[in-house]
Amino acid sequence: MEHIRTPKVEQVKLLDRFSNKSVIGTLHLTATHLIFVESNSTSAQEIWILHHHIASMEKLSLTTSGCPLLIQCRNFRLVHFVIPRERDCHDIYSSLLRLLRPVSYDELYAFSYNPKQNDQQREEGWQLIDLAAEFERMGVPCDQWQLTDVNREYKVCETYPRDLYVPITASKPIIVGSSKFRSKGRFPVLTYFYQEKKAAVCRCSQPLSGFSARCLEDEHMLQAISKANHNSRYIYVMDTRPKLNALANRAAGKGYENEDNYSNIRFQFVGIENIHVMRGSLQKLLEVVGTRSLSMTDYLVGLENSGWLRHIKAIMDAAIFLAKAVTVEGASVLVHCSDGWDRTAQVCALGSLLMDPYYRTIKGFMVLIEKDWISFGHKFADRCDQLDPDQKEVSPIFTQFLECVWQLTEQFPQAFEFSEWFLIQIHEHVHSCQFGNFLGNSQRQREVLQLKERTYSLWAHLLSEKQNYMNPVYSPSFAESHPVLEPSTQACHFKFWRNMYHQYDRSMHPRQSILKQVLTFKESNRELEGTVQALKTKLQKFGVSTSPLKPQTPPRDRSLPPRPQSLILGAPLLSRKEVQQEEDEEVFGEEAREDAPASTDGERTVEGSSATENGYGELTGSFGSKNEPAVVTLEFGVARMTC
Amino acid sequence: MELSEHIKTANVEDVTLRRPFHPALRGTLCVTSHHLLFSDRKDEASWQLLILLKNIDAIEKRAVGSSGTITIKCKDLLVLQLEIPGMEECLNIASSIEALSSLESVTEMYPFFYRPSHLTLNGPWGLSSTEQYYKQTERLWDRWRVSTLNSDYSVCPSYPSAVIMPREVDDDKLIRSARFRQGGRFPVLSYCHHRNGMVIMRSSQPLTGANKKRCKEDELLLQAVIDGSELGYIIDLRSAQQAQQARMTGGGFESKSFYSHWKRIHRHHERGKVVQESLIKLVEACSDPSHSVDRWLSKLENSKWLSHVHSALSTAGLVVECVERDGHSVLVHGSEGTDNTLLVSSLAQLILDPASRTVTGFLCLLEREWIQAGHPFQQRCAHSAYSHARLKQECPIFLLLLDCVWQVWRQFPLALEFSEALLLRLAQEVYASNYGTFLCNSEQERCAAGVKENTHCLFQSLLRPDIEEQYLNPLYEPTDLAIWPSVHPQSLQLWTGLFLRWTEYAQNMEEAREEVWSIVKEHHEQAGPDRTNNTLSTHCDTLTPFENLMDELTIL
Repeated sequence: MEHIRTPKVEQVKLLDRFSNKSVIGTLHLTATHLIFVESNSTSAQEIWILHHHIASMEKLSLTTSGCPLLIQCRNFRLVHFVIPRERDCHDIYSSLLRLLRPVSYDELYAFSYNPKQNDQQREEGWQLIDLAAEFERMGVPCDQWQLTDVNREYKVCETYPRDLYVPITASKPIIVGSSKFRSKGRFPVLTYFYQEKKAAVCRCSQPLSGFSARCLEDEHMLQAISKANHNSRYIYVMDTRPKLNALANRAAGKGYENEDNYSNIRFQFVGIENIHVMRGSLQKLLEVVGTRSLSMTDYLVGLENSGWLRHIKAIMDAAIFLAKAVTVEGASVLVHCSDGWDRTAQVCALGSLLMDPYYRTIKGFMVLIEKDWISFGHKFADRCDQLDPDQKEVSPIFTQFLECVWQLTEQFPQAFEFSEWFLIQIHEHVHSCQFGNFLGNSQRQREVLQLKERTYSLWAHLLSEKQNYMNPVYSPSFAESHPVLEPSTQACHFKFWRNMYHQYDRSMHPRQSILKQVLTFKESNRELEGTVQALKTKLQKFGVSTSPLKPQTPPRDRSLPPRPQSLILGAPLLSRKEVQQEEDEEVFGEEAREDAPASTDGERTVEGSSATENGYGELTGSFGSKNEPAVVTLEFGVARMTC
Repeated sequence: MELSEHIKTANVEDVTLRRPFHPALRGTLCVTSHHLLFSDRKDEASWQLLILLKNIDAIEKRAVGSSGTITIKCKDLLVLQLEIPGMEECLNIASSIEALSSLESVTEMYPFFYRPSHLTLNGPWGLSSTEQYYKQTERLWDRWRVSTLNSDYSVCPSYPSAVIMPREVDDDKLIRSARFRQGGRFPVLSYCHHRNGMVIMRSSQPLTGANKKRCKEDELLLQAVIDGSELGYIIDLRSAQQAQQARMTGGGFESKSFYSHWKRIHRHHERGKVVQESLIKLVEACSDPSHSVDRWLSKLENSKWLSHVHSALSTAGLVVECVERDGHSVLVHGSEGTDNTLLVSSLAQLILDPASRTVTGFLCLLEREWIQAGHPFQQRCAHSAYSHARLKQECPIFLLLLDCVWQVWRQFPLALEFSEALLLRLAQEVYASNYGTFLCNSEQERCAAGVKENTHCLFQSLLRPDIEEQYLNPLYEPTDLAIWPSVHPQSLQLWTGLFLRWTEYAQNMEEAREEVWSIVKEHHEQAGPDRTNNTLSTHCDTLTPFENLMDELTIL
């Protein structure tokens, strides 16, 4: 708190991003949040911004109405305040500057966040996901794969988890030898086992082959992986980098596997670009879609030039290749990139998701993230800029993975138990630092930080509000008929994910939601079924037979049951004041407001119509020109409903 | 020449049919005057494919040894392949298809021969007439009247026989105004807003010409429309420059000095050939096999189709703003007033008027604003995206309307009573149909050809309860509010339901839609207020007397 010089500023103007509209309100600065409360009592919009979510701030030059402060968030929210006094603006700016650059992990929100749970509940939360059980579900250990204790003390590889699965024929010397030949010691280990064909998906980092170096242990290791699968005489080695990058790495003593030295491998480059290209691409994308009064042409050209969807497709293509090799050819696949924690994580996780319907359920998806991302050491702290402000390490790798999954949900609406709000919520919390799961860069670091003792697990939190993230049209029978997803790679199926990148730009979203409506119906169907069951039991108690029931009186009118309060999209704005809940409210609260029934209110410009920003045109000029006072105040309509 | 003379080979056996995402089938191919019929050879449960020849947009022949392959590209974007044994048969079939799919005489077209047993030809044709519309719309009675000055189509050949005009303007003035407008399309009422009585009028451009002619009667007519209120808006669907240029060829625009109470706004809209080429490019892009995202995006952009969708919705939004929020009347026109004008005026109504969002209301809107208002369907829909024929007057403005309606539905999925299926059906029917609704270019032509006496009406048949059910939106919740679509490029999308219609993707979507249906049905069955098989209330009702009894027992 000592960093906060001005906890409250009044008469702050909040400008809308895509229009000339603005609202006046009060800005509050707390130890964890920046809060804007609109003064207008009828709508009283509130915006809560977690300090950790702020990616960058910019103080623009002073204008007549005050000092503009532009805040860009990691969840793609962009707010533009105008603070009347320069002094206040400067205070807020410099306080925030300090607050959003925590110098140690202890300052992260997760260590002060308390959802009013006792220790036992906290512990249970952390026990929800059990990776040993997950490998057991895949059928590992088995006659070909075993658990090794070589990394129990993190001695062989610091960034791997303690428990690792390797072929039974891979002895300790082979493992250790292989790890010495691999970048950061990340030797080949099992990440997914396709039981039906006994084919394995393994992951590692690049070999330190340089131009000619070889390592017999490493060659043995790959041989062992190959031998563990009797269905195929060869294994695929997927280098997920573009060939040029891999070649360049050879000069630095790294590189890729030489097919001559490894027997029975089929080597394949995939061509996913590196973290720097991805960071630049996202930046370009955000610039384009953040443009005011964007024309369709500029939008499509900008989308193309950003290359974002091309990168998304490259990841998807790699995952499809992996899934095909495993499920169709029954071959084992070894995936790596440079260090084996970015592209490798993307491809392994997405490939497993294509092969195994379990990962398409809510619980299974959590397991998948826990396994391929958290435990195998995707550097969340660096990539998501949690602590160290080294901007070169920041990259939207995990965001891309979530987007790939979203693209799949669009192609297969019935294949996933969860809706896109689940993905968006996970994205929100990867950056919020509110829960312990994503803190740090590796399991080892997490243990040092004692996260399980000092913070809460996101998964427990998400499961507690599971009904918010359900996909109402999910069909388990679809999984039976399509155990392996075969997405179309036709380019027109790759779409811009508006709900992610414009989550907070209300005017862009559909005014009504099929998802919400169907969820409501489904929920109420479930409740009604419960009621019917209860009534039946009661009737039986009275000794009345319930089965062929005939209506004794004509049914009376019954109004629909109230919408479930908890539904994300329809959540009433009751609990917004509660800091703990504010996160979710932030995500969905705005939607909720739009969906408030349009019937009773005096104010008829309902339905999420902040309006203005529209695109009905450059009409402001032609339309509201000077000598027509009657129309000067024209606001051009964005999607909204009026009467 | 009889139609059957075009058919040299009527039947071929052992033909192989290939369709996207289906296994190849062998069977018999049959050409009739209006259809291509394929049926597989299995005796029981034989499968048949019946295609209206008019639906065929282009065919390509290819010889492979002694047999030939015909690729058939339909106007509904389906592409089929037929492998026909025997070169001569193949050529015969191809030439029959070519001749019979491009018939120009209306009365030879299939609707004149379509006689299903459940429909009879007697009875009224169409859903409503101008007179009926007027009778049903009480808010018009005070200031507006029905004029039948065009009853013999002499004043304006493309208008219906009756139009709605201001009471205070007599027919003589209208005739003069008509002479001052291209094609005689003088300003007529298109919509009167139920909340404030403001109106949307539509017309063609005034014929001011290079020397700025004026027409007092036309000015008086527009003055009468706004009836003393201070301002009306003219939305000119051409850029200011284009409107200026139109004067050189005898057209023009309403000048500020003569129409002092009207403010003119120019919004540029592409028309004719440009839009047709957009469709061709878009369909080509959708079937691009390269799988490169960059190439796809650049082709999508290059087609400009979404830009047309964007401008149509934006201008419709502008009209709605004038009418609904600012309370001013609007006159919409471009050049001829038969294409973009109708697009904008009908979209504006969909946004403004809850009545036009029901199935019946929407079909009535189409009938009023497109069929009766004289959109030249026959010219515009002669060919679709695949044809190699030189473009004449083709332009998919109606398809553009359907796309825009789909965008509105995407953004307000509960506000329309009809579903995407209805839009898809219309997109198909407008190019090739069993019904007479989309035949000809105007009411006058339809009258002359005897369309109403000799064909069935599509809209009527869509409204038969058993048919209508397929086109209902299960989530429909009527709202009285105006539904303003967002026109940010990020909010608009490719209409995959139409443009990717024949892919596996469409199959997945269809299954998901069915699931939504079943959830909603279950919901209605359990909780529906007006269903007799409402399980919950049944149980409750049975229980009540017992509970009462229990209460009494407890008291005792």
